[in-house]
Amino acid sequence: MRTMKRGFFLPLLLALFLPLQAMAIAFDVEQLADPAEEARARDLMRELRCLVCQNQSIEDSNATLAKDLRKIVRQRIEAGDSDAQVRQFLVDRYGEWVLMRPPFKPATLALWLGPVLLLAIGGVTLWFGIRRRKDPQQAPPLSAEEEARIAALNRDP
Amino acid sequence: MRWRSFIPLALFAALAVALFVGLDLNPRIIPSALIGKPAPALDLPPLPGKEPGLVAARLRDGEPTLVNVWASWCGPCRIEHPQLMALAEDEIIRMIGINYKDRQANALRFLAQLGDPYEAVGVDATGRTSIDWGVYGVPETFILDGAGRILLKHVGPIREEDLEEKILPAIAAAKRGTEP
Repeated sequence: MRTMKRGFFLPLLLALFLPLQAMAIAFDVEQLADPAEEARARDLMRELRCLVCQNQSIEDSNATLAKDLRKIVRQRIEAGDSDAQVRQFLVDRYGEWVLMRPPFKPATLALWLGPVLLLAIGGVTLWFGIRRRKDPQQAPPLSAEEEARIAALNRDP
Repeated sequence: MRWRSFIPLALFAALAVALFVGLDLNPRIIPSALIGKPAPALDLPPLPGKEPGLVAARLRDGEPTLVNVWASWCGPCRIEHPQLMALAEDEIIRMIGINYKDRQANALRFLAQLGDPYEAVGVDATGRTSIDWGVYGVPETFILDGAGRILLKHVGPIREEDLEEKILPAIAAAKRGTEP
């Protein structure tokens, strides 16, 4: 009974998520005839930021500007542009801001290395913290007076 | 080693200051890639009754230009229109308009009702020319020097304070031939 239930529910659960997946992409009627070129265009669209809905790529934004930009990406690819040329075409107009993956250069050093640096600082802090806690020499040795008090306490009443 | 105990406080203070400054930044404003560069091509047909259209060569004739991207369906364009009219009435700078994805009848009615500050208006029906200018919403305004270089880009409506703080200083710089 248990296994039957699971065999039924899991596919049902997965099926429920299918429509969500399909709707996350804006649909264009006009696509490139060559499937390989269309796939290249799609890959590029995923890497280009929509300027209206800023945290979406132009592939999944329904803004009219995103639609216009998708059209341009397809036109450039059809005209024989390389991926880098298509990217540069948009960077020339909208700046590097339009790239979902910013290039690695002096101005973006903090962006790329910041997380690694923070992780390293955290790791070092943690390591020293743990070491100090384990260190048996943490407590200073007892003074003669303290030793005498312990001996007095331990004496039979 | 007393000072060590202040490290967390200092870190917190630095973070707080950084985040507080961040609150004041507008993520909608994207820095333009075109500042200091020559204005892109601009060959657009005119609005009927407002001949001639726009040609890029005119932007390099030695006279500074204000280029305003607008549409009749755009609410903020109505907000900034009085400021554009004021600039036009004082004949401060040559002003041209790019009419973005609009219906021509609506565009003409907009100008008839609110006034026409433009010396020429080009029709960008597909929005393609505006993309070359790096436009991502209307209204947007550019100030060009006499050589046709873009000195300033203003995104969104020109409010009265923007006129004083940004637009007029940029126009003055364009006339002097210096950076704003």
